[in-house]
Formats: sequence, C-alpha cells, structure tokens
Amino acid sequence: MNRIDERFKKLESKDEKALITYIMAGDPSLKVTEDLIYAVEEAGADIIELGIPFSDPLADGPVIQRASERALASGTTVEKVFDMVQQVRKDSQLPIVIMTYYNIIFKYGELRFLQDAEKCGVDGLIIPDLPPDEGEYITQAAQKHNIDLTFLLSPTSSDKRISLISKKSRGFIYYVSLTGVTGIRTKLSESIAPMINKIKTVTNKPVAVGFGISNTEQAGQVSTYADGVVIGSAIVKLIEESSSAGERITAVKKLVNDLKMGICRQ
Amino acid sequence: MIPDRKGHFGIYGGKFVPETLMAPLEELEKAYRATKRDKDFRDVLNNYLANYVGRPTSLYYAEKITKALGGAKIYLKREDLCHTGAHKINNALSQALLARKMGKNRVIAETGAGQHGVATATSAAFLGLQCDVYMGTEDMQRQALNVFRMKLLGATVIGVDNGSKTLKDAINEAIRDWVTNIRDTNYIMGTVFGPHPYPMMVRDYQSVIGKEAKRQIMKAEGRLPDLLIACVGGGSNAMGLFYPFLKDSGVKMLGVEAGGEGIKSGKHAARFAGGSVGILQGTKSYLLQDEYGQVLETHSVSAGLDYASVGPEHCFYRDAKRIEYSYATNKEALDAFQLLSREEGIIPALESAHAIAQVIKTAPKMKKDEVIIVNLSGRGDKDVNHVANILGVEF
Repeated sequence: MNRIDERFKKLESKDEKALITYIMAGDPSLKVTEDLIYAVEEAGADIIELGIPFSDPLADGPVIQRASERALASGTTVEKVFDMVQQVRKDSQLPIVIMTYYNIIFKYGELRFLQDAEKCGVDGLIIPDLPPDEGEYITQAAQKHNIDLTFLLSPTSSDKRISLISKKSRGFIYYVSLTGVTGIRTKLSESIAPMINKIKTVTNKPVAVGFGISNTEQAGQVSTYADGVVIGSAIVKLIEESSSAGERITAVKKLVNDLKMGICRQ
Repeated sequence: MIPDRKGHFGIYGGKFVPETLMAPLEELEKAYRATKRDKDFRDVLNNYLANYVGRPTSLYYAEKITKALGGAKIYLKREDLCHTGAHKINNALSQALLARKMGKNRVIAETGAGQHGVATATSAAFLGLQCDVYMGTEDMQRQALNVFRMKLLGATVIGVDNGSKTLKDAINEAIRDWVTNIRDTNYIMGTVFGPHPYPMMVRDYQSVIGKEAKRQIMKAEGRLPDLLIACVGGGSNAMGLFYPFLKDSGVKMLGVEAGGEGIKSGKHAARFAGGSVGILQGTKSYLLQDEYGQVLETHSVSAGLDYASVGPEHCFYRDAKRIEYSYATNKEALDAFQLLSREEGIIPALESAHAIAQVIKTAPKMKKDEVIIVNLSGRGDKDVNHVANILGVEF
C-alpha cells in the first residue's frame, strides 16, 4: 500500500473527501514548485499532482498550456523534477502523482522513468494521452515499482470501457467531468453524478473528478458524490497572476484552504 | 493485416488519445467500415469524385523534362487538376460525406498549406455542413490566398497562435475542439496521421490515385513503372500513390521529405533523416524531438511539408525496406518549381516541387526505357506570391 491508498483509507475512515491539487512543475521555477507543495499541504491538500511540461499538451486548455510554456522556458526536465521530489520527501509525506504526456515518458524510457520515480518518492502517474489499450507494458511495470498508474474515464466512456478502466486504474479512478480540455468553467456538467454512480457499481476504488472544477462551491457539490476533487487551472491561474513570491503562496494557500473547507462542509 | 485491429502498423500507429476520444474514434471506425460495404454510399461517392472532383486525373507523359533530363520516362499523375487544385479533396470530400452519413452537421479540420482546409471548406459547402478550419497564424501569412478562399467558401478560419504557429499547433487546437464538441462534430484529418482509424481511412480514400495510375500506366506503357516518387509531409499523397503498388515487387518507391535549409542547419522537416520514434497527436511514429521528448520546430519553404512527424504506415514500410525516403532542400524545390513551370507549363505546388526535385536527381541515372511516375499532388498558384517574395520579385 503506498501513500495514495493510505490517504484515501484515512479519509474514508473520517468520512472525508480528497482534495487533489494540480500544479505544473517548474512554473515559473522548480524552487517555487517546491515551496508551493509545502504550501498546499499545509493548506489542506490531500494529494498533489505535479505536471511535467510537454510541448504539445493536447488535453489542456489555455491556462495549463501557458504554464507548460513557462515551465519549458525555465528548463524543466524529468530528471530535475525527480530531484525536486527527492528534496520534498525529506520534509513531506504528501502523496505525489506525476501527470505528463506519454512521449515524455517514452523518450526517458518507460522502465527507467518508473525506477527513478519510485526511487525519489513519487506515488502515482497519470498519462492523459495513454489509454490502457496502449499501455499494457507500463501498466505491469508500474505495479512492480509501486507506482499507481491512474487511468481516466470520461462522459463518453461506454460500459465496456468503464469496466476495463475501473479494473486497470490504480490509486483512484480519474473521472473527467466534461467533454473538453482542462480549464475553468462556470457550470458543472449534469452528467457527473449519474456517471460516478455508474462507475461505483463496478468498482470499490476511489473516484476523483477533475477538469472544469474551479471554485469552492463546485468542489463542495462534486464531493457529495465523488471521493475526491481535482483542482488544476484555478490554482495555476493564481500562480500566473501573482506578482511576487509572497503573494503567490498566500493566494494559493487561501484557495486550497477554501476548497478543503468546501469539501469538508458537505 | 496492416494495420491490425487496433490500428498498429507494426510498432507504429495506434490510438494515443485522451479517453474522451476513444468513443468517437470507435464510432468513426465503425461508420467507415459500414460505408465500405454500402454500395449506395460508394456509388454516391464515386459519382462525386467523377463529376465534382474531376476524376480520373490524367497521367501525363512529360516529354520535355524527360528529354531535358536524358534518362527515365517521366509521367506526372496530375492531382493538381483535381477540383480545388490538389489531391486533398479526395479525402476531404469522402470524410465529409461520411460525416453527413453519421448525422454530424459540423466538420473541423487543420490545415498547413491551406489545401486541406480549402478542400474541407469546399466539401462542407457542397454537402451543406458547417465548417471551421484551424490554421497556424504563421501559415495564414504564408498562404493568405487560401485563407480568403476558405472564407469565400463559407468556412470560418481560426488562427492558432500557439507554439510554432504552424500545422502541428493547428492539429492540437483541432483535437481540443473535437474533444469538446464530439457530439455534433467530425474531425476531418487531412493526412495519413493521427489516431486510428485516420491513417488507414485517409490512405484508403487517397489510394484512388494509385489505382488510377496503375490502370493508366498499363494502358500507356503496357507495364508497371520502375519507380514511384512523391513528396511526404504527413504522407497522404505518397501513400495514395504507393499503396496499390505495394505488392508489385518490381516497383520501387521513394518518398521525399522537406530538407529545408539542409539537415545540418537543423532547419528542416526531414523526420527520417533527423528524427526518432515518438508519440505525437495520437500516433507512434518518427518525430523531430529533442533529447527530452519535446517536439522541435520544423522548417520548410513549403507549409504543407512543415510538420514534425509523419504517417505511421510510412515508418512501417521504411523499416521493411519497401519504401525509401530522401529529402529535397528549399533551394532544390524552388529550382524544380521553376523548371517544371518553364519546361512543361505546369506550376507545381511547392510541396510537389520537392518530388520534382527528386526526379531531377534520379531520372538521369536511370535507363531511357525505364519509367517513373511522380505524384504532382497540387498546383502552385497558391505559392506564386511566396516564391516571388523569395526570388525578390516585387509587384
């Protein structure tokens, strides 16, 4: 059992839901990312998703696209992100999930990636452009290296795919709340609750919902039927808009704290 | 069977897409396979290809450049004579008809040189579909004429200002649109690229080129050609010509990539000469990337060849040594552009000029009784302004 499973177990025992926060590693620098990890943990995040930038992030909307550009401009690479995670592990046991596109992992070497990820203290991996159909090798290898490879489900997933992905996904199941890219939306999709209920009929694994959830109210609403809520673009936007390091930490902490409150209040 | 049921061409191809797209890709493949067996659909499509597109296009014996080069007999497969001026319409019209059959009322497309965008806009106008075309702003500048053509045809051209502002970025945006609007929208991909079933489907729709060429050369020469030559951006005109000849072992095939300012300069789009295996935009293929897997910017005088990856089926046949690949530089393509215009009275697209550049190098080394078919994939009207600029001509 790794840190992700432990966290969901612990939350379940308290009848709480997980707040999963996404930030792009290296946006605007890895030092800032490290400080932000401590900040979101302190503010109540249960799991952190760390993006590793890719030049062509086709599942992402404009906010995270721009974060990728900033992270690439600051010279962020897989190796440097792993070094930073190793540093973080000296002070923090917050579950860390890496989110990146398949080519980054493929080029680094799938096995080498998993070995190095395990060594530095990464717990999970999400690859938005790798459905389980193409990921047989990495699925098996990840298990050997104690990395939870989490797959995604979407509003368009058929019953057959819900079964397949519920079986293959580890750590949790990532339900994409809408048909579209990451980003801030004013309204939640109405199909979230029925789809989560459907997923819950075939699996006992935790289901977290992401894409398009950006404020306390939405997070609270989603947490009434999901086991976790993923917030990305809303946090990344604060990072983008802050003019100083102090302001950045304060703003992100406040949002994360509010979100956690929103989730707990349900 | 190539590709296999999951869309793999050996180790290449596949479906590397967000989960949301898995269902629409399955729906598309199912619909495509159903129309292959649907005689009514095929009859309608063949009628449109004959009477609207103008097929079959001629296979023209280019006697003057044959004599000038002093080697093999050179035949041009005149895809430039298709309605809208390039082979792109074969695929765009077929996919648009498929979209309508599937009950989708909106189509989207990416475009580099603008030819596929024009072909899709044309097909959408013809079939009464709404059409949005994504195009890099850098390409919009290079191909201003085609941007206006698309607007005339009733399409909306959406400029893409991300990354290198070219074809690759236009594809990213088109995929983002599709993932958002899958219920009413079909994505008409312009080449033998992207996730399965696109590489297979586009190949099949374009293979009308090779089927006709085979019939025509048998009639003209009473035998199969010795060599086929085509330019390779994504690789649809090349695959369209080559595919029906793959089992004819005596027919050699040569794909020509964009050498830009030369491989050493780093400013090129020669994926085989300068790339390695990677995953981009739904498929595993050869890719121009750095040591970290970040996709590199490409460069070519021809917008249609200016792309970081190549159709996965090309990689498969390259590994199998069935198809060879070379490249032509900007300068060689510009020389070929002018030579064909002057000698044959045919202004080729800058993309096709890369294939002609290869003919200029290869034909003199072949015997006079040998035969080359080169795919003249598009006409060059769209490039005239751009070439004039490069040559320093002011109007």
